[in-house]
Amino acid sequence: MTSTEVHDGNALPTVETARKLGVLPEEFDRIREILGRTPNFTELSIFSVMWSEHCSYKNSIVWLKTLPRDGERMLAKAGEENAGLVDIGDGLACSFKIESHNHPSALEPYQGAATGVGGINRDIFTMGARPIAQLNSLRFGNPELAKTKWLVKGVVKGIGDYGNAFGIPTVGGEVFFDECYNTNPLVNAFSAGIVEVGKVAKATSYGVGNPVFIVGSATGKDGIHGATFASEDITDKSNEKLPAVQVGDPFMEKLLLEATLEIIETGYVIGIQDMGAAGIICSTSEMSAKGEHGMIIDLDKVPTRQSNMHGWEILLSESQERMLVVVEKGKEHIIQGIFDKWDLHCAQIGEVVAAGPNDAGRLHFYQHGALIADVPAYDLVLGGGAPQYHREYREPAYYQRFKQFEISSVPDTSADELTAVAKHLLSHPNIASRRWVYEQYDSMVGTANRSTNRPSDAALVRIRDVKRPDYSKGIAMTVDCNSRYVNADPFVGAQIAVSEAARNLTCTGAEPLAVTNNLNFGNPYVPEVYWQFVQAVKGMGAACLKFGTPVTGGNVSFYNQSSDDGPVFPTPTIGMIGLVENPEHQMTLDFKETDDLIYMIGVAKNDIASSEYLYSYRKVKESPAPQFDLEEEYTLHQGLKTLIQQGMVQSMHDVSDGGLFVALAESAMPRGLGFQVSTDKNYRTDAFLFGEAQSRVLVSVKPSQQGAFQKLLGADLKLAHTLLGTVTAKDFVIDSATVMTTGEAKDLFDNSLGKLMA
Amino acid sequence: MKFGVVVFPGSNCDDDTVYTLQHNLGQNVVKLWHKDHDLQGCDFILLPGGFSYGDYLRTGAIARFSPIMNEVIEHANRGGYVMGICNGFQILVEAGLLPGVLLRNLSQKYSCRNVHLLPQSKKALLTAELPQRAYKIPIAHGDGRYFIDEDGLKRLNDQDQVLFRYCEADGSFTDEANPNGSIDHIAGVSNETFNVFGMMPHPERASDEALGNIDGRYILEQLVSTVLI
Repeated sequence: MTSTEVHDGNALPTVETARKLGVLPEEFDRIREILGRTPNFTELSIFSVMWSEHCSYKNSIVWLKTLPRDGERMLAKAGEENAGLVDIGDGLACSFKIESHNHPSALEPYQGAATGVGGINRDIFTMGARPIAQLNSLRFGNPELAKTKWLVKGVVKGIGDYGNAFGIPTVGGEVFFDECYNTNPLVNAFSAGIVEVGKVAKATSYGVGNPVFIVGSATGKDGIHGATFASEDITDKSNEKLPAVQVGDPFMEKLLLEATLEIIETGYVIGIQDMGAAGIICSTSEMSAKGEHGMIIDLDKVPTRQSNMHGWEILLSESQERMLVVVEKGKEHIIQGIFDKWDLHCAQIGEVVAAGPNDAGRLHFYQHGALIADVPAYDLVLGGGAPQYHREYREPAYYQRFKQFEISSVPDTSADELTAVAKHLLSHPNIASRRWVYEQYDSMVGTANRSTNRPSDAALVRIRDVKRPDYSKGIAMTVDCNSRYVNADPFVGAQIAVSEAARNLTCTGAEPLAVTNNLNFGNPYVPEVYWQFVQAVKGMGAACLKFGTPVTGGNVSFYNQSSDDGPVFPTPTIGMIGLVENPEHQMTLDFKETDDLIYMIGVAKNDIASSEYLYSYRKVKESPAPQFDLEEEYTLHQGLKTLIQQGMVQSMHDVSDGGLFVALAESAMPRGLGFQVSTDKNYRTDAFLFGEAQSRVLVSVKPSQQGAFQKLLGADLKLAHTLLGTVTAKDFVIDSATVMTTGEAKDLFDNSLGKLMA
Repeated sequence: MKFGVVVFPGSNCDDDTVYTLQHNLGQNVVKLWHKDHDLQGCDFILLPGGFSYGDYLRTGAIARFSPIMNEVIEHANRGGYVMGICNGFQILVEAGLLPGVLLRNLSQKYSCRNVHLLPQSKKALLTAELPQRAYKIPIAHGDGRYFIDEDGLKRLNDQDQVLFRYCEADGSFTDEANPNGSIDHIAGVSNETFNVFGMMPHPERASDEALGNIDGRYILEQLVSTVLI
C-alpha cells in the first residue's frame, strides 16, 4: 500500500456520469474543487451516496436546525450520535430513534420492512444500549386493493420475523390506510434501549495506529446505491432497482447485538458505528470526520460474499448486520476473542492515521495494492462539506379551499342512523383493532411489557435491571401522526401529532421527555410539497417547545411520490418517550366496574372537520384540520397528571380518531362492559359523538370519588368537564337507545381488519 | 438445588427465564453456554425460548446438535430433570427426549397472545398438584402445532403424559381456544419417566406482579415445591 497515484481502472467520469449517479452539475463542480482534480468513478460514487438526500439531509437540514433540541435531560444533541440519548436518572439513559424504510418496502415489502427493523435496532445497540422495545408506524393505500394486501402482509411478516427472532418486543404502533399511499407505503420503525450513563459508545475514530475492524456479516452486492435510490421518486422503472433492496438476517443481528455489547463493555472500543445506508463509506467518513482523523483501508481484507467485487461496490454495499469498530491498539485479540465466541466475522481492514496539515483527515482506500480513492472525510458528511440547500416553497391552492368547508353542508346523524355510523367506524380499517397485525409480533419477550394485561394509550415498558431487581421505573412510548390533519393544515396537523403523542403518554401516567421524528414527504423540489414540509416543521417545533420535549433526532424521507398518485399526505411521524417514575401511577384505558361515572374532560365543539366520519362515511374529502389550541391542550395535560397522581380516576383514554363514541367503545370492550350516555343537545349529534376536535379525554370515576373529582377539576384545575353517563354491564346505550351490544361491537372491532386481509 | 439455563445462539428468552427463577422464585440459577460440556452440577436444566440458530433448517433441528446437548441428554437419561419452553420444547422433540413434533401453526402465522391452559397429568409432578382451573399464559410461536400419530397419542393419554391442554377462560375445550391447531389441544407433554417436560406457552412471561399476571408463577413454583424436593 505505497502508491499515491489515485486510479481505479475506470475512465474518468463526465458530468453526464455524475447526473446518472444523482449528482447535480453544480455538485460535480464542487467535488472537483474539493479534490483539486476530477474524481474517478469510485470517488464520484462515494460523493453521490454521501451527498444523497438520505445521508446528507441537504434539502431539510436548514429547517431541522430550527427545531428545539436542548433540554436538561439531553445527553447527546440531535445528529451527534446514532440516536438520541435522554437521562432518565439513577445513572441510566434511554437511547431511542425512528427511521423509515419506505422505498425498499414499496418494492419488496418483506425484506424492506425487515431490514428497517434491523437498521433501527443497530442504531440503538451501537451506542452500547440494549434495546428494550420497538414500535412501528405503517401507512398503506386502499386496503381493498390486492396490491395493498400484498404490501400489508409482507411488511407485517417482515417486521415480525425480524423483530421476533431478534428478541426485542414490539409493543405498539400505528397502521393507517388512505389512497394517497397506494404506490408509496410508509414503513417507519422505532426502537428504544437503555444504557448506563458513562458507558455510551461513540461514533468516532481517533488515535494514530489504532486498528479499524469490520465485524458481522460478509459484504455482498445487495443494497448498492440504496441511499441514492431512497432519494428519488418511485417510477415504473423502480423495480429495476431491486438489487438496491437489502436482505436481512435477524439471527446474525442477535449475535451482533450480544457481541457488540460485550466488546463495548471491555472499555477498549474507541468508536463504533453500524453500517446502514451507504455502508463502509458512510461509517468510515462519519467516524473519521467526528474524530478529526484519517483512515487507510485495504478493501481486499473485507470479507465478501463473492469474489471480484469492484472497490466501489464494497464501499457502497448496504449488506446488513455489519459494524465498523475502532479499537485501542494492542487489544485486538480481546475483541477478536469475543467475535470468535459468537462465531462472527471480525477482520482488521485498516488503521487510523493523522489528519494532514491542510485537512481534517483523509480516507485512503486501497484495492489490489492500488489507491482507488482518496477523499477528505469532512467534505463528505452532513455538518461538514455536504451541500445544504434552501428550497423554494409555495402555499398549495387546496389549502384555502379546504378551509372553506361548511359543517352545514353535511346532514347531521339522525337517531336512526347512529347504529350504521357506529358499525362503520368500529369496523373501519383505520379504527378497528390492530390485533391481526400485532399478534404477529412478539410483544412480551423481555418480560417487561406492562401494557399486555393493562391496556393503555401508550405502551409502558419496565426497565428490568439485573443489578437492581427492585428497580421499577418504566418508559412509556408512542408513535403518532394523523396525516389527514397534516395534509389539511401542515402547521396545525404537526402540532396535533406532537400533542397526541404527549397526550397518549400523559394518559398512561408518564411524564413526556423527548421526541424523535420521521418526516415523510413527497418531492422537495416541488414548491407545494416543500411548503408542507416547512409548515410541518414549524408546527412541530412550536408544540415540542410547549411540551418541553426536545427533538433528539430522527429521519427525513423525501420522494414519497409517484407519477400515478402524486405525493403522499405529508406524514411527520412523532415518536415520543415518557418516564413513569412510580409504577403505581400507570393509568389504563379500560372501564373497570359498572356504575362508575363517565366524564369527558375538555370542551365539546361543533366540529367534524377531517374526521374519519366526515371522510369515509360522509365521503367529504376536503375540510380543514380539527379545531385545536396548543395552550388549551397543554393545560389539559397538566390537569390530567394531577388527576392520576391523586388517584381520582379509574381509567383514562384520549378522544382521537372516530371521536367520543370510539373512545367510549374502546374503554368498554376490554372487560366486556357497556355504557349508558347522553349527548349534549347544544351540539350536533355527529360532532358530539364522532367529531375529532382535539384536547379531550374520557375518564371513569368511582361514584364514591365523584365529589372530590368534581371539586378538583372545577375549583382547583379549572378544567371543563361533562358528566356523560355510567359504565354498565353490557350494551352501548346513547340517549336511552341501544346502539349495539358489547358483543356485536367486539366482533366488529376485533375481526374486521383480519377479515379484510384474509 | 440449582437451575441451569442453556444459552444457544439465537436464544432470546434465556435472560427472562433466569430473571424469573432468580427474582420471582428466589432460586439459584446459572447460564450454560451451548459450546461447553459442563452442566456445572445443576439439578434442573431449562432450555429457553427463542430462535436457536435462526430456526434454520427446522426449529430446534440444529441446536439439538450443540455440544452441551450431549450432557443434557445424558442428564435426562440418568433421570435428571429437563424442561423446554417454546423453542426449548422444539429442541427436546428434535433430540428425541420428548415424543411428537411441532408443526407450523394452522394459521400459517406467528402468534403472540394470552391463551388459557388446563393442567392435565396427575402423574407428572409439574402438574399433579396444580389446582384445576384455567391458567392464563402467553404463547409466542410460529411452529407450535403439536402432532403425534394415533398410536403415540393413545400412549400419551394412557400413560397420562399430557401436561397441559389449551382451553377457554372457563376451562372448556373449544376449537377457538386451540391457538395453533395442536392435536387434542395439547400444549405440553412429559416423557414416559416424567423427568422431561416440554410446553409451547411461556410461564416465565406471566410470573411477575409488575406484568399484571402471575398464573405462570404458579406453574413454575411446582418445580420448587413438588418436583425438586
